[in-house]
Amino acid sequence: MLDKVLFYFFAGIAVASAAFMVTRRNVVHSAIFLITALLATAGIFLQLRAEFLFIVQIILYVGGIMVLFVFVIMLVNLDVALQQIQFARQKWVALIVALALAGQVGVMFWTSGKMPGQGLPVLTAVAANRLPLNSEAVAKSLFSSYLLPFEIASVLLLVAMIGAVVMAKKRT
Amino acid sequence: MNAALQATLEFLKLYWAPLLCGVAVVAILPLIVGYIVLVERKIMADMQARLGPMRVGPHGLLQPIADAVKLLIKEDIIPENADKLVFWLAPVLSVGAGLLSLAGLAIGPAFQIAQDINIGILFVVGISALGIFGIVLGGWASNSHYSLMGALRSSAQLVSYETAAGMALVSALLFTGTLNIKSIVEAQSKEGIWFVLLAPVAFFTYLVASIAETNRAPFDLPEAESELVAGYMTEFSGFRWSLYFLAEYTNMIVVASVATTLFLGGWLRPFAGVPWLNFLDYVPPLLLIAIGAYSVLRVTKQPTQVQQLFMLAVAGLCFVVALVLAAPVVLPVIRPALREAVAPFYAGIHGGFWFIFKVSLYIYFFMWLRFTIPRYRFDQLMRLGWHFLIPLSIINVLLVGVALIVGAYFHLHGWGLLLVTTPAAILALVAAFLILAIEKQHDARQEQTAASDFYAG
Repeated sequence: MLDKVLFYFFAGIAVASAAFMVTRRNVVHSAIFLITALLATAGIFLQLRAEFLFIVQIILYVGGIMVLFVFVIMLVNLDVALQQIQFARQKWVALIVALALAGQVGVMFWTSGKMPGQGLPVLTAVAANRLPLNSEAVAKSLFSSYLLPFEIASVLLLVAMIGAVVMAKKRT
Repeated sequence: MNAALQATLEFLKLYWAPLLCGVAVVAILPLIVGYIVLVERKIMADMQARLGPMRVGPHGLLQPIADAVKLLIKEDIIPENADKLVFWLAPVLSVGAGLLSLAGLAIGPAFQIAQDINIGILFVVGISALGIFGIVLGGWASNSHYSLMGALRSSAQLVSYETAAGMALVSALLFTGTLNIKSIVEAQSKEGIWFVLLAPVAFFTYLVASIAETNRAPFDLPEAESELVAGYMTEFSGFRWSLYFLAEYTNMIVVASVATTLFLGGWLRPFAGVPWLNFLDYVPPLLLIAIGAYSVLRVTKQPTQVQQLFMLAVAGLCFVVALVLAAPVVLPVIRPALREAVAPFYAGIHGGFWFIFKVSLYIYFFMWLRFTIPRYRFDQLMRLGWHFLIPLSIINVLLVGVALIVGAYFHLHGWGLLLVTTPAAILALVAAFLILAIEKQHDARQEQTAASDFYAG
């Protein structure tokens, strides 16, 4: 009962603020709605007893990436930005992307329950009023069954970071 | 309808204690913050050889209440061209983030609002970092150049120092292997040594980074009054301004509590595991009795009767608290049969005392620094963060990890771990200074004109 109420509460907030995020004309308001959507998603993670994902979502996306977003937005002259046309005219590309996404979601619904669960972290049972130890579970699966993808992702991020530094550096 | 009511009742039955504690914290915190401000003004006055507030109440003890009333009834001004909604939202966000992160802190083994969350320390750090949005959005919504400049500086500063603070937390967490606040303190009690000794470099990094994150002097560039009027809160007045103030001091309490939990042994008494030092348990009640006695002595010096009465009330409060603190220590001595019954009270009350004592010391250190060190320039601040603290903290994580492996190989525990962690700390410092020196040389060779002072105002 409480779970359902919480889920629909957070899901409603997430969807509504995502819609507002796209339709607002003011960029800062869009950023605020994006933050709200991300926080509501974090709420859904918590409702699903994934507290580690909940806090990582908040620390990384809201506390890290969104701060940089807002930082960049403030450097933009909003009065000029408001005069410009907001919506890019790329209807066909948008349609194809939306259809592809819908197809993906459809496939996920179709195969739900048949997805392979191999190597996914298994949460140990704990007392009813406690949450399972999921930071340990995430760490164990990341450093055992998913070690290679994890390392590849790390190297990719490192390459991106070095690339950014090289591009930002003044040429002498 | 009935089912919903039942569910609500069930919810209240399970969670009435944390809810009540939460309401209590929200109600009492402004008062505590008011008195921290008074203490800060008194310390500032002391360091500048003057008296500080003396008029309202004996020694200015009622000053915070007078200030609060003044702020509450002040005119609430919203600038004409401000973004009204964001202007309204920003201070609320700042305070909300600070208050919410208090929920994860454990003031004693029993007193924690959100009991025993597994992600404990991450929750506190992550939620309190959200307060930055209040500052940034408030600065933007004011539609003023000073405010925007303050907001930009604030976000740049937070992003730069959060990495160093996070790395410092990681190197302390390597010793515990858990994020749960209770388990972190228990690990320190089991090792018999606080992590400030095992990871001194991490403590230093966290100390500097936490000053920068709470926008305190010498890193208070977002509100540098000599350059930016009042930075992001230039356009805020009255109650909204006081909300920002509340947020700043709440954040100070939060970072001090995180440092206390991770590095200073949380609610543990100094030398908690050493039996022949148990007489230290008598220090807290004796301290309060001494303060109470001093207040009684000062009663006759007060000019008016109201102030004399208030001084007596302060003394009475000190004696009551001293009695509460003394009871769990003295009772088992008189009647040994009570030892078992009194133990949880001892842990709760004395734990709370030591926790608050350490947090106060940390905040005192903040104030001390504020009145001692002049403000940094913005490029100096960025240089310190990126060229010194971040390399230092990353190297420190690496070396602490190596030290722990070596320590495990030789089966070192407690104070023995110092044999491996001290060389690691020294090595990390040497390496960081070496990097700094190489970069300085490099900069000198390039003969750059002054570093980019884009945000310098």
